Amino acid sequence: MEAEAAQFIGAGIACIGMGTAGIGLGHIFGNYLAGAIRNPAAADGQFGRLIFGFAVTEAMGIFSLLVALILLFG
Amino acid sequence: MATDPIHQFQIQKLIPIEIGGVDLSFTNSALFMSLTVAAASGFLILSSRGRGLVPTRWQSAAEMTYEFVAETLREAAGSEGMRFFPFVFSLFMFVLVANLWGMFPYFFTVTSHIVITAAMSLAVILTVIIYGLWRHKLHFFKLFVPSGVPAVLLPFIVVIEVLSFVSRPISLSIRLFANMLAGHITLKVFAGFVVALGSFGFVGVLGAILPLLAAVALTALEFLVAALQAYVFAILTSLYLNDALHPGH
Repeated sequence: MEAEAAQFIGAGIACIGMGTAGIGLGHIFGNYLAGAIRNPAAADGQFGRLIFGFAVTEAMGIFSLLVALILLFG
Repeated sequence: MATDPIHQFQIQKLIPIEIGGVDLSFTNSALFMSLTVAAASGFLILSSRGRGLVPTRWQSAAEMTYEFVAETLREAAGSEGMRFFPFVFSLFMFVLVANLWGMFPYFFTVTSHIVITAAMSLAVILTVIIYGLWRHKLHFFKLFVPSGVPAVLLPFIVVIEVLSFVSRPISLSIRLFANMLAGHITLKVFAGFVVALGSFGFVGVLGAILPLLAAVALTALEFLVAALQAYVFAILTSLYLNDALHPGH
């Protein structure tokens, strides 16, 4: 296999990580929404924690995107 | 190719300056950092100049940003954390305004370079370490030793805590930089689709409407990301400062 082809395949494989990070983010926002519908009064107070969980989870997806970008352009 | 999506991140020397073999040129990055600082300071100074009891629209906007960051910091680090408010507020305003400058077409996004974001996150982490050690002396290391953990598990927990602490500056800087980089590349790629499809004649122009709509939607999303990442940077800084103030778990 040519090195360039392997590079593109690797970039594609790295993007799987973004999909799994998407699953994690869906869990976070889905559970937040479920909780917010049950107790709307408490929802606003947890917004900071929601964003914190979002940021930490999203970092994993961003790392795999970075790997893909490095493979493509680096 | 003119539509190379990476081209927009190139550093260009506007005024070449070299002192003693060190390259100190005034680049487009430096220009947009100056613009960012000028816009942020100008906004806050001009809008709070009136100091009216009943705020004008501009003063109200400045007060809202102030209150927003103050509330975030107070919630995360307590009222003791408010001594770091100037630091956190400066970081928030710098990241927010730099991200928003980057949304203008043909403008340079300062925060899309890891040098800038790494410098900011190192400033945060060094503040945490130095202030924590100065304030709590060796008690600062309790941060890595949670209480109430069985002795068998403790070595593993300590290793995990140390690793998570070390990875903080890395993830803090990479999150901001990669978000801005990826967002702007995506915008350029979709804009490139419009041009590429448009060159296929009438059918191509009809087909180009789809990526054009996507580009418009992505621009809206990028505005959201620009503000959200500034908020994320501020809230994570507050949480890390909280560790320096209250290291015990």
